[in-house]
Amino acid sequence: MSAVDLTQFHKTFFDESLEGLDAMEAALLQLDAGSSDGELVHTIFRAAHSIKGGAATFGFVDVAAFTHVAESLLEEVRSERKAVDAELIELLLRSVDCLRAMLDRSSAGQPVGDAESEVLRVELVRLVSGEQGEGTTAVGPQAAAVNGWEIVFTALPHLLRTGNDPIRIFRELQALGQLDVVRVFIVDGAPEHLSEIDPTSCYMGWALRLHGNVPRADVDAVFDWLDGDCELVIKPVAEAPAAAAAVVAASAGASATPLQRRSADARATQPGSESAPSASEGGSIRVGIDKVDALINMMGELVITQSMLSDIGEKFELSQLGRLREGLLHLERTTRELQESVMRIRMMPIGSVFNRFPRLVHDLERKLDKRVSLELHGEGTELDKTVLEKIGDPLVHLVRNAIDHGLESPAQRKAAGKSETGTLKLNAYHEGGNIVVQISDDGAGLNRAAIVAKAQQRGLIGDGQELSDAEVAELIFQPGFSTAAQATDLSGRGVGMDVVRRNVRDLGGSVGVRSVTGMGSTFTITLPLTLAIIDGLVTAVGEERYIVPLTSIVESLRLRADRVRKIAGGGEVFHFRDEYLPIIRLHQAFACAGAITEIERGIVVVIEQDARRVGLFVDDLLGQQQAVVKSLEAHYQRVQGISGATIVSDGSVALIVDVGGVVQLALRSKAA
Amino acid sequence: MYQDNQTATPMLQQLTFTLAGEEYGVDILSVREIRSWSRVTRIPQTPDYVLGVLNLRGAVVPIMDLRLRFGLKRESYGDDTVMIVVAIGKRLFGIVVDAVSDVIDIDPAAIKPVPDMGAVVDIRYLKGLATHVERMVMLLDVEKLMRPEDVETLEAALPAIQEVEVAA
Repeated sequence: MSAVDLTQFHKTFFDESLEGLDAMEAALLQLDAGSSDGELVHTIFRAAHSIKGGAATFGFVDVAAFTHVAESLLEEVRSERKAVDAELIELLLRSVDCLRAMLDRSSAGQPVGDAESEVLRVELVRLVSGEQGEGTTAVGPQAAAVNGWEIVFTALPHLLRTGNDPIRIFRELQALGQLDVVRVFIVDGAPEHLSEIDPTSCYMGWALRLHGNVPRADVDAVFDWLDGDCELVIKPVAEAPAAAAAVVAASAGASATPLQRRSADARATQPGSESAPSASEGGSIRVGIDKVDALINMMGELVITQSMLSDIGEKFELSQLGRLREGLLHLERTTRELQESVMRIRMMPIGSVFNRFPRLVHDLERKLDKRVSLELHGEGTELDKTVLEKIGDPLVHLVRNAIDHGLESPAQRKAAGKSETGTLKLNAYHEGGNIVVQISDDGAGLNRAAIVAKAQQRGLIGDGQELSDAEVAELIFQPGFSTAAQATDLSGRGVGMDVVRRNVRDLGGSVGVRSVTGMGSTFTITLPLTLAIIDGLVTAVGEERYIVPLTSIVESLRLRADRVRKIAGGGEVFHFRDEYLPIIRLHQAFACAGAITEIERGIVVVIEQDARRVGLFVDDLLGQQQAVVKSLEAHYQRVQGISGATIVSDGSVALIVDVGGVVQLALRSKAA
Repeated sequence: MYQDNQTATPMLQQLTFTLAGEEYGVDILSVREIRSWSRVTRIPQTPDYVLGVLNLRGAVVPIMDLRLRFGLKRESYGDDTVMIVVAIGKRLFGIVVDAVSDVIDIDPAAIKPVPDMGAVVDIRYLKGLATHVERMVMLLDVEKLMRPEDVETLEAALPAIQEVEVAA
């Protein structure tokens, strides 16, 4: 079995364990909320158990040892020998955090154990053992009579090939209590001659005796991963009721599924791991089998269409024109479906981001002494993985803000005639080609007076300036703006909403706020479905084509020459809706040959970037097109003023204009 | 693959091409394909020897004119003009050469260092010189040809930027 390089499965183990921890955390929080569902405890137990098994298999001894203690405590809870209380949940939540940190350190190859994990471990042990003393009376005399287990463990020949190692089993049993080997035997049907022995097969069995008051479940747990790989007889040493003897049959039980799933996952991730063998490198996506199947179906269609078309091409006659058209139509449809399916692979439900909020809210409630009920809606709404990864931090910030600044303390709420528990709602839904994420609270709303006072103090607005509600709301997105009287470690340091807005802008989205005093505020984030495809306007400049992202375009217009004013320094401006906008000539910025230079013969596209507007002068508009964005950096390097490239219908490359970059480029050349 | 009668010393296989009458070689292992000239999309803000980018089965690949890179006069591009697409790691780029000639075996031991001769060619991009059937072949160091972080690329880009600034 040493021939199998286990490190290739490490990434899968970490991914799976982190998922398991998420599941544990979610279930713990549900328990905390007063739910007494027995299934929740099982969920937590199963997750802990899988992590322990995996960690032991892959040699993360510290993780396995820590999880083992947590699991023992969970076992006490599961068998109803220990009641669920706030202390227990808090301890287990801290254990989840601790395990997460341990896994992080393991995946980074750092030493795993630390003082915190040790302290937690001791606390867990105390809770487990403290309860066991009392537990004996509750469980009854039968369990009390147990002072050890007789275990007859007969390996099936393929045991070693499943990645299991009897030594590991013995080690785990030893951790439970004193272990004696009563007898070692060779199984029936083992080869008689040395030359017939297959070194990858196991022909041995062991009769063992485990001393001490060890819960039966702990013993079972050790053998859990061997389900189907061995024959097992476990009897209490006291020889009490013979009925207690159990034979774990070789049939695949429920616990065998994690192993099977693990190997399936490992197979699925293997193509990726070829290029990125180390666990820390590169991201991976878990893709549902149904999505992959859909792709394979589509591929099949494509292959059939291709062979049909080449068949027509081989011996083409004019009479076959109809079939050719039909084939091309089919090709077009299949290609479009294939494109959609491939895009769908990158799409992931926003629930994976929402999932972290119950815990965050739980912690904040304690820290700030507020009561919050969190409602999540639309967790199934899917968006691009890249967008998803980058939207987490802004959302966390908004949720923190909502609880810290938005929701009042229970006393204040009571005084205002509201329920003591505040409500925080997270909602995600599709709207047009966009994803909308809303964070709304029923708190006090934006404090208009405080915001205005702060803005005056910062010199953002003049004294006595009248502002509309929308303008006041806009102020909180200014850099360095915070109205919190004192900075907490949660929010109020002034690095806030401006960063949120910038992050969202980087994703091509926007963020706004609506607020009603006394009723609460709603932050609305609008995001594009994907960064991989943009809607663009194709413009012509000389012989060249440039694509301007549609989202940044305000309007395009043809200017009469007399509407353009020259200002000192050679810049050009024109009058547009009560303001003067600078004109940037794209042919100058990009040094294009053969472009139109007379203003009235070309088109000015008004674009907006970071709340400033400019007019971009191009020769002509050629139409709207969806562009699959490709990076120039993949094979070349970053080019200022260009955000990427795309392939247009004639197969050539067209460049996508980076509006912000072009503005900078023009400013720099003006400054020179 | 087909050469199982190969001698014990591993030979370096080089794809040779001509440029302004001289013969150059690139390591055949780095060559991805050879294709005839097709129109490229110019990229603004880049040195003039980067002609632009090309769609290579969905990848946007920069194309460099080796004549311009070596400071030689630009030839007109026609049907005979050839692009060699080479790969450095995962990055692809194309070089425009006059004509592709041959694939030759070079004994690594027979590669001579390049003398500093102040020749028409910048020797920074050469790995060494080799002789093949009494012809001299200059072995190209493709990695040095296009490094995005290359200081020299920056220097070469400066006049282009200044041009823009003057124009504006």
